Amino acid sequence: MARTHIDTDVLIIGAGGAGMAAALSAAEAGARVLLVDRSLIGRGGATVMAQMTVAVALGEEQPDSVAAHFADTMAAGRGLCDARLAAIVCQDGPAAIRRLDAWHVGWARHQDGRIRQAHAPGHDRPRCVYVDFLATGPAVSRTLRAQVQRQGNAIRRIGDLFVTDLVVNEGKAAGAVGFSLADGRPVSIAAPAVIIATGGLTRLYRRNSASANMGGDGYALALRAGAELLDMEFVQFFPIGHLAPRMIGMDPIMWDPFRYKLGGRLLNGQGREFLDEYGMPEDGRYVVTRDKATYVILKEVAAGRGSPSGGAWLSFRHVPEADLRAAFGPVIDRLAANGIDLTKNDIEVSPIAHYHMGGIRVTPELETRIDNLFAAGEAVGGSNGANRLSGNAITEALVFGHRAGQIAAERASGGAAWPEAAAQSRLDLVTAGTGQQTENPAALIVELQALMADRVGPFRTGPALQLALAGIDGLRTRLGDIPSGHPGSYDQSRLDWFDLRNMLLVAEAVTLAALSRTESRGAHQREDHPGLDEAWTLNQNLALDGNRLHLTRIAVPATAPELAA
Amino acid sequence: MTETSILLIQRGRHGEIPRWERFEIPYEPGQSVLDGIRQIRASTDPSLAIRFSCINANACKECMIRVDAKVVYACMCRLEPREMRLQPLASKKLVRDLVTEIAPPDEILG
Repeated sequence: MARTHIDTDVLIIGAGGAGMAAALSAAEAGARVLLVDRSLIGRGGATVMAQMTVAVALGEEQPDSVAAHFADTMAAGRGLCDARLAAIVCQDGPAAIRRLDAWHVGWARHQDGRIRQAHAPGHDRPRCVYVDFLATGPAVSRTLRAQVQRQGNAIRRIGDLFVTDLVVNEGKAAGAVGFSLADGRPVSIAAPAVIIATGGLTRLYRRNSASANMGGDGYALALRAGAELLDMEFVQFFPIGHLAPRMIGMDPIMWDPFRYKLGGRLLNGQGREFLDEYGMPEDGRYVVTRDKATYVILKEVAAGRGSPSGGAWLSFRHVPEADLRAAFGPVIDRLAANGIDLTKNDIEVSPIAHYHMGGIRVTPELETRIDNLFAAGEAVGGSNGANRLSGNAITEALVFGHRAGQIAAERASGGAAWPEAAAQSRLDLVTAGTGQQTENPAALIVELQALMADRVGPFRTGPALQLALAGIDGLRTRLGDIPSGHPGSYDQSRLDWFDLRNMLLVAEAVTLAALSRTESRGAHQREDHPGLDEAWTLNQNLALDGNRLHLTRIAVPATAPELAA
Repeated sequence: MTETSILLIQRGRHGEIPRWERFEIPYEPGQSVLDGIRQIRASTDPSLAIRFSCINANACKECMIRVDAKVVYACMCRLEPREMRLQPLASKKLVRDLVTEIAPPDEILG
C-alpha cells in the first residue's frame, strides 16, 4: 500500500489535555501544527477521565499563593521533585485555569461568583477547582477540543493514526512514522519539532483508572529515539478505586469527589475505622495522601481484615439522603440504576493504578536530550517526585502543554529535511507481517497486566521484581520481532502487537528502577527495604543502550526558583 | 449451573458481505457488553474489532454500536444471560466489525 507523507512544523502525538493545550499555543505562535491520536481527537487519554479536582493557587476560596501550592507539591514528592518543573506547574497554573474559564469550561462557583475550591488531601488549604458533577475532565476536554477546532487549518487533526516510532536525524527530532488504523496504510510525518503528549502507563496494570490507550507509548517512543526516562518506579495507585459491587458506566475513581464533598468513612472488614491505627486520623475529613492511604488499605487486607472482595469498605450511610442528592444529583440516580443506595449500602474500594510520576526526562524547556523533542503532561517525569499531589495532573497537562507548544513552535521555524534513510528501518516494521498468528496478543496483554499487578504493584520485594523481569522476558519472546498478520483495515490484533511491544519495554523500565531502589518512598514501597533512606534522595535515569536498558543514579536538581509569596 | 451470554456479532470489512458469528461467554452480573467483547478478544478472537478508550467511565463516547437493533454505548449496556445481537452503527460508514467511521470528516486521514 502506498505510503502517505505529511509535512508539518510541530507534530504533537496524543490529543488529550496536554496535546490539545500544546496544539493551541503552537498554533498561536504561528506554527503549522499536526495533532495526531491513535483514537479520536480529544476523547481518549486521561484528562477526559478526570472526575473532579484541579489544583491551582487562585485564592478565590481563601487567600492563597503560588509559594504555598509549590510547598505542598514538593512535600508530596518526598524529596524527589524537580523543583524547576514543579514551580512551572504552580506558577503558570492560575493563568491556565483562567484561560479555560474565559472559554466557558464551567468551573463550579459560589453564588457571589467566586470559583469554588475544594480542600484535597495533601493541600494546606482549599485549592482545587472543579466542574459539577464528576464532570471536570469531560468539560476540560470538550472546551479544549472546541478551541482546537476553531483554529481551522492552523491545527490539522488526524485520529486513528498510530505512531510506531519517532525519527531522529543527527541528534535532532525529524518526525515520526506509523500507520493509519482505518486501512493499515504506512504514514510518515516530517516535523522539525515533536511533542510527546501520550500520557501515562496505567494500562500496564490489571485494575486501572485510565483509558485503554495509556500503555506508556510515549515512554517507549522516547527511549527508542534516544531520550531518557526518570524515576520510572513511581506508579501512583489511587487508594479508593471502586472494587465491588460491579457497576457499569461509572468511572472507578468516582468516590474521590464523594470524599471531597462528604467525607465518608473508610472501614476495614470488621466495620472499624482503621486509618487512626496507622497514625493518620481523619475525623470525618479527607486528608490522608494517596501513597499513605494505599499503603494502609493493603496492610489491612494483608492482616486478614479486608472487605469480602479484598479491599476496604467506604461508607456514606451517616450522610442524610438530601445531602447526597445536593452534592451529586444525577450521579445518585446512576448509582441507583446499578442497585446502590448509599444511605443503605457501603461499597468496597481498593487501590487501582492511576497515574505515573515517572516519565520522560526534560529540561525546564520541556525538551529531552534529543534536540527539538519535547514532552508534555503526564508523559513528563520529575515534576511530581515520588508521589503526586491531588489535583496537579490537569494543571500539569495544561501548563506543560502550553509551554511545550510555545517553545516547539519557536524551534520549528526553518523546517527540516525528511531523513528517508534514517526512517527506513522504522518504516520496515510498519509494513512487516508474519502473515499468521501464533499467539493472541490481546491475551498476552492480559498476562502482562496480571504480572505487573502481582509483582510490581504497590508492595514490592526483590525476588518478586526478579520474577517480573523474567516474566517480561518470556512475554517478549512469545511476542516475537515481527508484527502478526498483515497491514489491513482496523486490524486490532496487530495494534495489540504494537501496543505490547511498547508495554513490555516500559514494564521493564518500571521493574528495573523498582528493583534498584532499595528503600521505600512515596508510591514505591519495598517490603524488603522498609522506610525512607536519606541516601536514596536521588533520581534514577534510564536510557536504551542498543537493546538494553541502562540505569544510572543522578542528583535531584537542586535549583530553588523564586516564587511569589 | 453457570449462566452464559451468547453474543451474535455482525462481522466484516467495508464492502464485504456481512457475516454473523456466535460467541458464548460466562455471564457475570454487573458486566457490560463491552466487557463481554473485551473478554472474547482476549480469550478467543483478537481480530474482533471494537472502538473504545475509557473502558467503563462512559467518558470517551467511542463505543457506540447497535445491540438488538438499538443504538447504545457498549460500556453502558448491561450484559445479560441470553442471546444479544451486536451490530455496527447503521448510519455511519463501516470500517470493520463493530467499528464505524464516527470522527468528523476533517479529522480523518484522507
